[in-house]
Amino acid sequence: MPTATASQTIGPYWHLMEDPSWADLTRFGAAGEKITLTGAVLDGDGKPCADACVEIWQPDPPASDSFPGFGRSNTDSAGVYRFTTVKPGPVPARGNAQQAPHIAICVLSRGLMRGLVTRAYFEGDRLNDTDPLLMSIEEPARRATLIARPAGSGTWRMDVRLQGEGETVFLDV
Amino acid sequence: MSDPLPFRPYAPGTQPPYDAPAYLGTVKRHPKQKLHPMPQTVTETTGPRFSPNRFPPLGDLTMAKGKPAIGERIIVAGTITDEDGRPVPNTMVEIWQANATGRYDHPADQHDAPLDPNFHGMGRVFTDDQGRYRFLTIRPGAYPWPNHKNAWRPNHIHFSYFGPAFATRLITQMYFPGDPLLAFDPIFHAVPDEHARNRLIAVFDLDITEADYALGYRFDVVLRGRAATPMED
Ligand SMILES: [Fe+2]
Repeated sequence: MPTATASQTIGPYWHLMEDPSWADLTRFGAAGEKITLTGAVLDGDGKPCADACVEIWQPDPPASDSFPGFGRSNTDSAGVYRFTTVKPGPVPARGNAQQAPHIAICVLSRGLMRGLVTRAYFEGDRLNDTDPLLMSIEEPARRATLIARPAGSGTWRMDVRLQGEGETVFLDV
Repeated sequence: MSDPLPFRPYAPGTQPPYDAPAYLGTVKRHPKQKLHPMPQTVTETTGPRFSPNRFPPLGDLTMAKGKPAIGERIIVAGTITDEDGRPVPNTMVEIWQANATGRYDHPADQHDAPLDPNFHGMGRVFTDDQGRYRFLTIRPGAYPWPNHKNAWRPNHIHFSYFGPAFATRLITQMYFPGDPLLAFDPIFHAVPDEHARNRLIAVFDLDITEADYALGYRFDVVLRGRAATPMED
């Protein structure tokens, strides 16, 4: 049987398939606590990646006609992505464990031959201390790269550093 | 609740590395740390569902404003299966591409080649219950890019696939058989395995070709399969 087809970069012109409304996961009238998830995508020099495609997926709340669970945002000239969504609750982990509330993130861009996958957890959530993935990252400073921080009025901020100082933990999924 | 079945790891050599220095764009954008290993959870084994009701299919790119676009009409069709050969039905397929002159209808593309008001260069369809999809489009032109001296991208169409899960997401590019630029393209050559690389090249197909109308190319794609599958009869 053939193996999965090879990935190629999304390149700088992916916006041709962009629908900016996809960055608002509440646009179909989802119920629940509305939040903004935002941050900058930065390269190895700390410079903004202004042509990236950031996608999110959250299994909670469950996808429905009023909540797609999936969003796509471009990054602006400062490298900033921005989603409006519903704050997720905990979801099952393997075994009988539980995962802390989180949103999965995939960064695609020119200069990335494949998507880079990471997660945004929420600072201060008591389940963070027992989340299996967070616990598996030994260095506290590395673990902190997956924690979004409150930035006022329902906004959570998590930068994604592709390379170098403060490099985000990317996941082998 | 039983644990979700994970998707199998990618076969060695079949995916490009993040650090692909011949493609200069990767130099400052690839992570230096290894990807952090983790067991797949419900977050990775589930994914978005798109409905044609909400995302109207657009399978004909050759008539943007009721007038025909300039260039060689082509049909690109194929089947999407998983690594066990099972079709992936009802999944969204998106494409975007340059026009016949090698110019994208995109503000960042400043290549000195004409835009075509009748060609926008974006399409979206859903696979049928057999995993099949089909686009009618224009053969894209080659275009220069500032990677190395006299660098030109081979003719290509960008493809986006979702499949059943967040873990099956795939972005790739389809190339054309016999393109002399493939030999010099660092993006194509970033895929280490020659066989995996060559599967990105569409196959000319006389059965897809429509007489007196358009040449046909087959581009079949495989998405990740589950690591362990339940017994079937
Ligand atoms: Fe391209």
